[in-house]
Amino acid sequence: MIHVIAFYLFATIVVCSGALTILSRNPVHSVLWLILAFFNAAGLMVLLGAEFIAMLLVIVYVGAVAVLFLFVVMMLDIDFAELRAGFVDYLPFGMLIALVLLAEIVLGIGIWSAGPIELAQRAAPVNPELSNIQAIGALLYTRYIFLFEAAGIVLLVAMIGAIVLTHRARGGVRPQNIAKQNRRRPQDAVRNVNQPVGQGVEL
Amino acid sequence: MIGLQHYLVVSAILFVMGVLGIFINRKNVIIILMAIELILLSVNINLVAFSAFLGDLVGQVFSMFVLTVAAGEAAIGLAILVIYFRARGTIAVDDVNRMKG
Repeated sequence: MIHVIAFYLFATIVVCSGALTILSRNPVHSVLWLILAFFNAAGLMVLLGAEFIAMLLVIVYVGAVAVLFLFVVMMLDIDFAELRAGFVDYLPFGMLIALVLLAEIVLGIGIWSAGPIELAQRAAPVNPELSNIQAIGALLYTRYIFLFEAAGIVLLVAMIGAIVLTHRARGGVRPQNIAKQNRRRPQDAVRNVNQPVGQGVEL
Repeated sequence: MIGLQHYLVVSAILFVMGVLGIFINRKNVIIILMAIELILLSVNINLVAFSAFLGDLVGQVFSMFVLTVAAGEAAIGLAILVIYFRARGTIAVDDVNRMKG
Protein backbone atom coordinates (compact mmCIF):
# COMPACT_ATOMS: atom_id res chain seq x y z
CA MET A 1 0.00 0.00 0.00
CA ILE A 2 2.73 2.42 0.96
CA HIS A 3 4.43 1.48 -2.29
CA VAL A 4 1.38 2.52 -4.31
CA ILE A 5 1.01 5.80 -2.42
CA ALA A 6 4.71 6.59 -2.86
CA PHE A 7 4.56 5.79 -6.57
CA TYR A 8 1.59 8.08 -7.21
CA LEU A 9 3.14 10.85 -5.11
CA PHE A 10 6.46 10.74 -6.94
CA ALA A 11 4.84 10.30 -10.36
CA THR A 12 2.46 13.21 -9.85
CA ILE A 13 5.19 15.54 -8.64
CA VAL A 14 7.60 14.55 -11.41
CA VAL A 15 4.97 15.17 -14.09
CA CYS A 16 3.82 18.48 -12.59
CA SER A 17 7.33 19.80 -12.10
CA GLY A 18 8.23 18.71 -15.63
CA ALA A 19 5.29 20.74 -16.93
CA LEU A 20 6.27 23.76 -14.85
CA THR A 21 9.85 23.46 -16.10
CA ILE A 22 8.78 24.14 -19.66
CA LEU A 23 6.02 26.62 -18.77
CA SER A 24 7.70 28.91 -16.22
CA ARG A 25 8.19 32.53 -17.14
CA ASN A 26 11.44 32.83 -15.21
CA PRO A 27 14.26 30.44 -16.23
CA VAL A 28 15.54 30.37 -12.64
CA HIS A 29 12.18 28.91 -11.60
CA SER A 30 12.49 26.47 -14.51
CA VAL A 31 15.79 25.21 -13.17
CA LEU A 32 14.34 24.83 -9.68
CA TRP A 33 11.37 22.85 -11.03
CA LEU A 34 13.83 20.71 -12.98
CA ILE A 35 15.67 19.96 -9.73
CA LEU A 36 12.37 18.92 -8.12
CA ALA A 37 11.67 16.66 -11.10
CA PHE A 38 15.09 15.03 -10.73
CA PHE A 39 14.58 14.42 -7.02
CA ASN A 40 11.23 12.76 -7.59
CA ALA A 41 12.57 10.69 -10.48
CA ALA A 42 15.26 9.51 -8.05
CA GLY A 43 12.42 8.55 -5.70
CA LEU A 44 10.81 6.52 -8.48
CA MET A 45 14.08 4.73 -9.07
CA VAL A 46 14.42 3.91 -5.37
CA LEU A 47 10.93 2.37 -5.60
CA LEU A 48 12.18 0.26 -8.50
CA GLY A 49 15.11 -1.00 -6.42
CA ALA A 50 17.80 0.86 -8.36
CA GLU A 51 19.35 2.72 -5.44
CA PHE A 52 22.65 3.37 -7.17
CA ILE A 53 21.09 5.04 -10.19
CA ALA A 54 18.86 7.08 -7.87
CA MET A 55 21.82 8.40 -5.90
CA LEU A 56 23.75 9.02 -9.12
CA LEU A 57 20.78 11.02 -10.41
CA VAL A 58 20.78 13.21 -7.31
CA ILE A 59 24.56 13.70 -7.35
CA VAL A 60 25.12 14.17 -11.07
CA TYR A 61 21.93 15.88 -12.17
CA VAL A 62 21.05 17.96 -9.14
CA GLY A 63 24.59 18.50 -7.92
CA ALA A 64 26.29 19.21 -11.22
CA VAL A 65 24.01 19.72 -14.20
CA ALA A 66 21.27 21.76 -12.51
CA VAL A 67 23.84 23.93 -10.74
CA LEU A 68 25.57 24.48 -14.09
CA PHE A 69 22.21 25.61 -15.52
CA LEU A 70 21.67 27.93 -12.58
CA PHE A 71 25.12 29.46 -13.03
CA VAL A 72 24.54 30.10 -16.73
CA VAL A 73 21.02 31.48 -16.23
CA MET A 74 22.19 33.89 -13.57
CA MET A 75 25.45 34.81 -15.30
CA LEU A 76 23.97 35.84 -18.63
CA ASP A 77 22.11 39.12 -18.61
CA ILE A 78 19.18 38.27 -20.82
CA ASP A 79 15.80 39.85 -21.37
CA PHE A 80 13.69 36.75 -20.93
CA ALA A 81 10.39 38.51 -21.62
CA GLU A 82 11.54 39.12 -25.17
CA LEU A 83 12.43 35.46 -25.59
CA ARG A 84 8.95 34.42 -24.61
CA ALA A 85 7.40 36.25 -27.55
CA GLY A 86 5.80 33.74 -29.89
CA PHE A 87 5.06 31.35 -27.03
CA VAL A 88 1.37 31.34 -27.88
CA ASP A 89 2.05 31.07 -31.63
CA TYR A 90 4.02 27.89 -31.20
CA LEU A 91 1.59 26.37 -28.69
CA PRO A 92 -1.01 24.83 -31.10
CA PHE A 93 1.61 23.23 -33.32
CA GLY A 94 3.56 22.00 -30.32
CA MET A 95 0.43 20.56 -28.74
CA LEU A 96 -0.43 18.81 -32.00
CA ILE A 97 3.01 17.19 -32.21
CA ALA A 98 2.91 16.29 -28.51
CA LEU A 99 -0.54 14.71 -28.75
CA VAL A 100 0.43 12.68 -31.81
CA LEU A 101 3.56 11.51 -30.02
CA LEU A 102 1.65 10.68 -26.83
CA ALA A 103 -0.98 8.73 -28.76
CA GLU A 104 1.72 6.73 -30.48
CA ILE A 105 3.51 5.96 -27.22
CA VAL A 106 0.29 4.94 -25.46
CA LEU A 107 -0.51 2.71 -28.43
CA GLY A 108 2.93 1.20 -28.17
CA ILE A 109 2.57 0.53 -24.43
CA GLY A 110 -0.87 -0.98 -25.05
CA ILE A 111 0.49 -3.35 -27.67
CA TRP A 112 3.40 -4.21 -25.43
CA SER A 113 1.14 -5.07 -22.50
CA ALA A 114 -1.05 -7.22 -24.75
CA GLY A 115 1.68 -9.81 -25.00
CA PRO A 116 4.31 -9.89 -22.27
CA ILE A 117 7.92 -10.29 -23.31
CA GLU A 118 9.63 -13.36 -21.95
CA LEU A 119 13.34 -12.98 -22.17
CA ALA A 120 14.84 -16.35 -22.94
CA GLN A 121 18.29 -15.29 -21.82
CA ARG A 122 19.03 -12.40 -19.55
CA ALA A 123 22.32 -10.66 -20.10
CA ALA A 124 22.92 -10.08 -16.39
CA PRO A 125 20.28 -11.67 -14.14
CA VAL A 126 19.68 -10.03 -10.79
CA ASN A 127 21.31 -11.95 -7.96
CA PRO A 128 19.08 -11.58 -4.87
CA GLU A 129 22.02 -12.14 -2.51
CA LEU A 130 23.89 -9.07 -3.72
CA SER A 131 22.85 -5.51 -3.07
CA ASN A 132 22.13 -3.30 -6.07
CA ILE A 133 25.37 -1.35 -5.86
CA GLN A 134 27.48 -4.49 -5.45
CA ALA A 135 25.83 -6.13 -8.45
CA ILE A 136 26.31 -3.03 -10.63
CA GLY A 137 29.92 -2.69 -9.55
CA ALA A 138 30.64 -6.35 -10.29
CA LEU A 139 29.11 -5.92 -13.73
CA LEU A 140 30.56 -2.52 -14.56
CA TYR A 141 34.16 -3.28 -13.65
CA THR A 142 34.29 -6.65 -15.42
CA ARG A 143 32.15 -7.08 -18.49
CA TYR A 144 31.52 -3.41 -19.23
CA ILE A 145 34.95 -2.08 -18.29
CA PHE A 146 35.70 -0.78 -21.79
CA LEU A 147 32.33 0.94 -22.01
CA PHE A 148 33.00 2.43 -18.59
CA GLU A 149 36.33 3.79 -19.76
CA ALA A 150 34.68 5.10 -22.92
CA ALA A 151 32.24 6.98 -20.70
CA GLY A 152 35.22 8.49 -18.91
CA ILE A 153 36.66 9.60 -22.24
CA VAL A 154 33.32 11.16 -23.18
CA LEU A 155 33.38 13.18 -19.97
CA LEU A 156 37.01 14.18 -20.53
CA VAL A 157 36.26 15.35 -24.07
CA ALA A 158 33.24 17.28 -22.82
CA MET A 159 35.32 18.94 -20.12
CA ILE A 160 38.17 19.90 -22.47
CA GLY A 161 35.67 21.02 -25.10
CA ALA A 162 33.84 23.27 -22.66
CA ILE A 163 37.12 24.81 -21.48
CA VAL A 164 38.44 25.34 -25.03
CA LEU A 165 35.14 26.86 -26.15
CA THR A 166 34.78 29.33 -23.32
CA HIS A 167 38.45 30.22 -22.86
CA ARG A 168 39.54 33.58 -24.16
CA ALA A 169 42.98 35.21 -24.07
CA ARG A 170 42.67 38.50 -22.21
CA GLY A 171 44.81 41.49 -23.14
CA GLY A 172 46.48 43.69 -20.53
CA VAL A 173 47.26 40.98 -18.00
CA ARG A 174 50.83 40.27 -16.86
CA PRO A 175 51.09 36.56 -16.19
CA GLN A 176 54.11 34.88 -14.63
CA ASN A 177 56.64 33.67 -17.21
CA ILE A 178 58.58 30.94 -15.46
CA ALA A 179 61.03 30.26 -18.30
CA LYS A 180 61.97 33.92 -18.39
CA GLN A 181 62.43 33.96 -14.62
CA ASN A 182 64.66 30.91 -14.75
CA ARG A 183 66.78 32.34 -17.57
CA ARG A 184 67.65 35.44 -15.57
CA ARG A 185 71.15 35.31 -13.98
CA PRO A 186 72.58 37.52 -11.19
CA GLN A 187 75.24 39.02 -13.47
CA ASP A 188 72.53 40.29 -15.85
CA ALA A 189 70.55 41.91 -13.10
CA VAL A 190 73.00 43.17 -10.46
CA ARG A 191 75.93 45.60 -10.81
CA ASN A 192 78.55 46.30 -8.13
CA VAL A 193 79.95 49.85 -8.17
CA ASN A 194 82.49 51.53 -5.97
CA GLN A 195 80.61 54.80 -5.65
CA PRO A 196 82.82 57.89 -5.08
CA VAL A 197 81.60 60.31 -2.42
CA GLY A 198 79.78 63.38 -3.62
CA GLN A 199 78.78 62.18 -7.08
CA GLY A 200 75.42 61.09 -8.37
CA VAL A 201 74.68 57.50 -9.23
CA GLU A 202 74.69 56.65 -12.91
CA LEU A 203 71.69 54.52 -13.57
CA MET B 1 -0.27 -3.09 -7.59
CA ILE B 2 2.15 -0.92 -9.53
CA GLY B 3 3.29 -2.60 -12.69
CA LEU B 4 5.67 -1.82 -15.47
CA GLN B 5 2.95 0.00 -17.41
CA HIS B 6 2.64 2.66 -14.69
CA TYR B 7 6.31 3.53 -14.96
CA LEU B 8 6.15 3.48 -18.75
CA VAL B 9 3.22 5.91 -18.71
CA VAL B 10 5.07 8.31 -16.39
CA SER B 11 8.11 8.10 -18.63
CA ALA B 12 5.99 8.66 -21.76
CA ILE B 13 4.33 11.74 -20.27
CA LEU B 14 7.71 13.15 -19.30
CA PHE B 15 9.10 12.47 -22.76
CA VAL B 16 6.19 14.20 -24.48
CA MET B 17 6.57 17.11 -22.09
CA GLY B 18 10.19 17.47 -23.12
CA VAL B 19 9.28 17.48 -26.81
CA LEU B 20 6.52 20.04 -26.16
CA GLY B 21 9.03 22.18 -24.27
CA ILE B 22 11.32 22.23 -27.29
CA PHE B 23 8.45 23.33 -29.51
CA ILE B 24 6.92 26.06 -27.37
CA ASN B 25 10.14 27.63 -26.09
CA ARG B 26 11.70 27.83 -29.52
CA LYS B 27 13.61 31.04 -28.81
CA ASN B 28 15.01 30.30 -25.38
CA VAL B 29 17.85 27.84 -25.79
CA ILE B 30 18.29 27.39 -22.02
CA ILE B 31 14.76 25.99 -21.71
CA ILE B 32 15.40 23.84 -24.78
CA LEU B 33 18.45 22.32 -23.07
CA MET B 34 16.36 21.69 -19.95
CA ALA B 35 13.69 20.02 -22.10
CA ILE B 36 16.39 17.75 -23.53
CA GLU B 37 17.39 16.89 -19.96
CA LEU B 38 13.74 15.98 -19.25
CA ILE B 39 13.69 13.71 -22.30
CA LEU B 40 16.87 11.96 -21.19
CA LEU B 41 15.44 11.61 -17.67
CA SER B 42 12.35 9.91 -19.08
CA VAL B 43 14.58 7.56 -21.07
CA ASN B 44 16.43 6.73 -17.86
CA ILE B 45 13.18 5.97 -16.04
CA ASN B 46 12.20 3.70 -18.92
CA LEU B 47 15.51 1.81 -18.87
CA VAL B 48 15.51 1.36 -15.10
CA ALA B 49 11.85 0.26 -15.07
CA PHE B 50 12.48 -2.41 -17.69
CA SER B 51 15.65 -3.44 -15.89
CA ALA B 52 13.79 -3.88 -12.60
CA PHE B 53 10.79 -5.70 -14.01
CA LEU B 54 12.69 -8.03 -16.33
CA GLY B 55 15.30 -8.80 -13.68
CA ASP B 56 18.25 -7.77 -15.81
CA LEU B 57 20.90 -5.35 -14.56
CA VAL B 58 22.15 -4.24 -17.97
CA GLY B 59 19.40 -1.63 -18.19
CA GLN B 60 20.79 0.14 -15.15
CA VAL B 61 24.33 0.02 -16.53
CA PHE B 62 23.08 1.49 -19.79
CA SER B 63 21.17 4.17 -17.92
CA MET B 64 24.47 5.23 -16.35
CA PHE B 65 25.94 5.79 -19.80
CA VAL B 66 22.90 7.82 -20.80
CA LEU B 67 23.51 9.93 -17.70
CA THR B 68 27.15 10.43 -18.68
CA VAL B 69 26.22 11.58 -22.16
CA ALA B 70 23.54 13.89 -20.72
CA ALA B 71 26.08 15.54 -18.44
CA GLY B 72 28.55 16.03 -21.29
CA GLU B 73 25.83 17.37 -23.55
CA ALA B 74 24.73 19.90 -20.94
CA ALA B 75 28.31 21.08 -20.42
CA ILE B 76 29.03 21.52 -24.14
CA GLY B 77 25.62 23.05 -24.82
CA LEU B 78 26.00 25.64 -22.08
CA ALA B 79 29.56 26.43 -23.22
CA ILE B 80 28.30 27.08 -26.75
CA LEU B 81 25.52 29.20 -25.24
CA VAL B 82 28.02 31.29 -23.28
CA ILE B 83 30.25 32.00 -26.31
CA TYR B 84 27.19 32.73 -28.45
CA PHE B 85 25.96 35.22 -25.88
CA ARG B 86 29.43 36.81 -25.71
CA ALA B 87 29.50 37.25 -29.49
CA ARG B 88 25.91 38.34 -30.09
CA GLY B 89 24.57 39.66 -26.79
CA THR B 90 21.42 37.56 -27.04
CA ILE B 91 20.48 33.90 -26.92
CA ALA B 92 17.50 33.98 -29.29
CA VAL B 93 18.13 30.86 -31.31
CA ASP B 94 15.54 31.37 -34.01
CA ASP B 95 17.85 33.82 -35.77
CA VAL B 96 21.00 31.76 -35.57
CA ASN B 97 22.14 31.93 -39.17
CA ARG B 98 25.82 32.72 -38.89
CA MET B 99 26.87 29.48 -40.55
CA LYS B 100 24.25 29.84 -43.31
CA GLY B 101 23.22 26.22 -42.87
